[in-house]
Amino acid sequence: MVDAKFLKPDTLALHAGQHPDPVTGARAVPIYQTTSYVFRDVDHAASLFNLEVGGHIYSRISNPTVAVFEERVAALEEGSGALGVSSGQAALHIAIATLMGAGGHIVASTSLYGGTRNMLGLTLPRFGITATFVNPRDHDGFRRAIKPETRLVLGETVGNPGGEVLDIPAIAEIAHAAKLPLMIDNTFASPVLCRPLTLGADIVFHSATKFIGGHGVAIGGVIVESGRFDWEGSGKFLTLTEPYAGYHGIDFAEEFGPHAFIMRARTEGVRDFGCCMAPQTAFYLLQGLETLPLRMARHVENARKVIAFLEANPAVERIASPDLPDHPDHALAQRLLPKGTGSIFSFDIKGGREAGRRFIERLRLFSHLANVGDAKSLVIHPASTTHAQLDAAALREAGIGEGMIRLSVGLEDADDLLDDLGQALRAATKA
Amino acid sequence: MKLTVHGRGVTATTGGAEFDPGKPAIVFLHGAGFDRTVWRLQTRWFAHHGRSVLAVDFPGHGWSEGPALDSIAALADWTAALIDAAGLERAALVGHSMGALVAVETAARFADKVRALGLCGVAAEMPVHPEMLESAKANTPKVEELITFWGIGNALHKGGMVSPGLWLRRESLAVLSGNRPGVIHTDLAACHAYKDAIQRAAAIKCPTVLVLGDGDLMTPAAKAKPLAAAIGGARSVVIPGAGHFMIVERPDEALEALRGCV
Ligand SMILES: Cc1ncc(COP(=O)(O)O)c(C=O)c1O
Repeated sequence: MVDAKFLKPDTLALHAGQHPDPVTGARAVPIYQTTSYVFRDVDHAASLFNLEVGGHIYSRISNPTVAVFEERVAALEEGSGALGVSSGQAALHIAIATLMGAGGHIVASTSLYGGTRNMLGLTLPRFGITATFVNPRDHDGFRRAIKPETRLVLGETVGNPGGEVLDIPAIAEIAHAAKLPLMIDNTFASPVLCRPLTLGADIVFHSATKFIGGHGVAIGGVIVESGRFDWEGSGKFLTLTEPYAGYHGIDFAEEFGPHAFIMRARTEGVRDFGCCMAPQTAFYLLQGLETLPLRMARHVENARKVIAFLEANPAVERIASPDLPDHPDHALAQRLLPKGTGSIFSFDIKGGREAGRRFIERLRLFSHLANVGDAKSLVIHPASTTHAQLDAAALREAGIGEGMIRLSVGLEDADDLLDDLGQALRAATKA
Repeated sequence: MKLTVHGRGVTATTGGAEFDPGKPAIVFLHGAGFDRTVWRLQTRWFAHHGRSVLAVDFPGHGWSEGPALDSIAALADWTAALIDAAGLERAALVGHSMGALVAVETAARFADKVRALGLCGVAAEMPVHPEMLESAKANTPKVEELITFWGIGNALHKGGMVSPGLWLRRESLAVLSGNRPGVIHTDLAACHAYKDAIQRAAAIKCPTVLVLGDGDLMTPAAKAKPLAAAIGGARSVVIPGAGHFMIVERPDEALEALRGCV
């Protein structure tokens, strides 16, 4: 018996995309803090500009430090290539702008990060791109929402605040039947807990700001392509299958095959929209990637301890985590995310908006801020912050209770986290 | 570009430039289970440096109509017909792996149609591991994994692609998994059965370069030596640190080796 002994994810998290610097021997990934790269000669310059040869021209389009980050994420996500950009929002925007122009339509899950919802529902319509939102559990709804002008189906592996898990294989099948790609925001799961491209998705993106970095020091985003979507056979993606004047009539699918999407996203998307990742950012995010497998295991372990503690606490009304058997997506989560569903979940505190506010104010270890996926534990009370403009009815519609608290459980000693939560819950419900 | 060979549609990329039969032409021939896109870092350069380029999808591969042809001899007949169909009198042939065997066979049997040869990842014979053949026959993914695992050189298993952000392991698996059922087996069986390279080599009179990887596990550089010796005047370039996918792993060095010949 012979076997393909590919390097495994924990190894790739440390090594993929990098060889020790051949000139200096530097073991760490050097920060190539440069805007531009000297051409070998005039012909080399022209060849680089015309995509005849590989290499770097200008750091808006590519940079060696960023390239290590990109290749490493591609490796971890099982993609044919990746593109690093300035934020998760930039990743979403570049992916959409690469696939469609005015007139395009997106079918998206309702369980989306608020910023995604804003871009799709409010901003992109000004540019002629519209979206229909469908409950992630309503598979037939996805099928029905697809129109002739639809160009993308979009969802999140694990949504928030409800912890909805998208049935990626089923939704991929629906998208593919309509000759459309499925794109997944895998921020909350990270490639350690779920690799959507192996489940049928065609594009993955991340807010690398979150678990990938893990340290909360850098904003970044990344897009990964599977290399398997048949753009030519679909016939709906002229950006990838028709000559593009930007490079003398290049046809990306014909010439780049499994890299068609990422090549277009890089050579048109970030080239023109300019939302590149800084080399310093890539360096920070690479520090995060090195320990991502270890951190995710600890995030999951700590989150489970916190959930068990909250379940037993009389001040807690309801916990929305697919890790729990009473969550509607529990069985699906066990199938798609067997190692755990991450460490971001929400719960309702008895006493509504007021109790929620008091709870947050009494926490000592959990930081009250607008972020998730940090090594440090974080908390937010949506009804008084991100969703403060909504009244009780509108909150209900968004699936957010007035007393709902969202936690992002970090890497601290779990006992300290439980002590902190316990004292804050007591204080919040005493008054 | 779309062509018709033996009554069936063929797709070839021209490297992003208008195909002009008046310029010296190069036909690129991919390896078993792959398609035209493996040549992307050679085709565009040649097409913008005085050559006319046709990187074809063999029948049944990529965007060309099937069925796949089941012997190196049949693929050589097809390649000769392709040169005619493109309105060319002669072309240089650049082949990788199975495509290199096809180039050898075509150059020997249709000498007047072939002006130069570039043979990448080639060996005098290409016996295929029985478990690969078995998996290919059963259309299981193992053969795709083994081609990818043995095809990528040691260095590139960790990545480090010249084109920023691309990950070779999944590129290879993505292309291989896109094959129609049976195609990989047809290719591998054709490679496995072909024993004529050394004998055909004697008939090759055109300038020839062999582009080899010193870390190639599929067609080790040493196994190319008898073939190089049998082709009069052939030059061998061994790229350090490169595996069987040297044209993607070390595209600049492969291009440099080819441009001196084709
Ligand atoms: C799930 C998810 N996707 C996308 C984003 C946007 O990413 P960024 O803030 O890096 O632009 C966020 C940010 O909170 C997020 O949580």
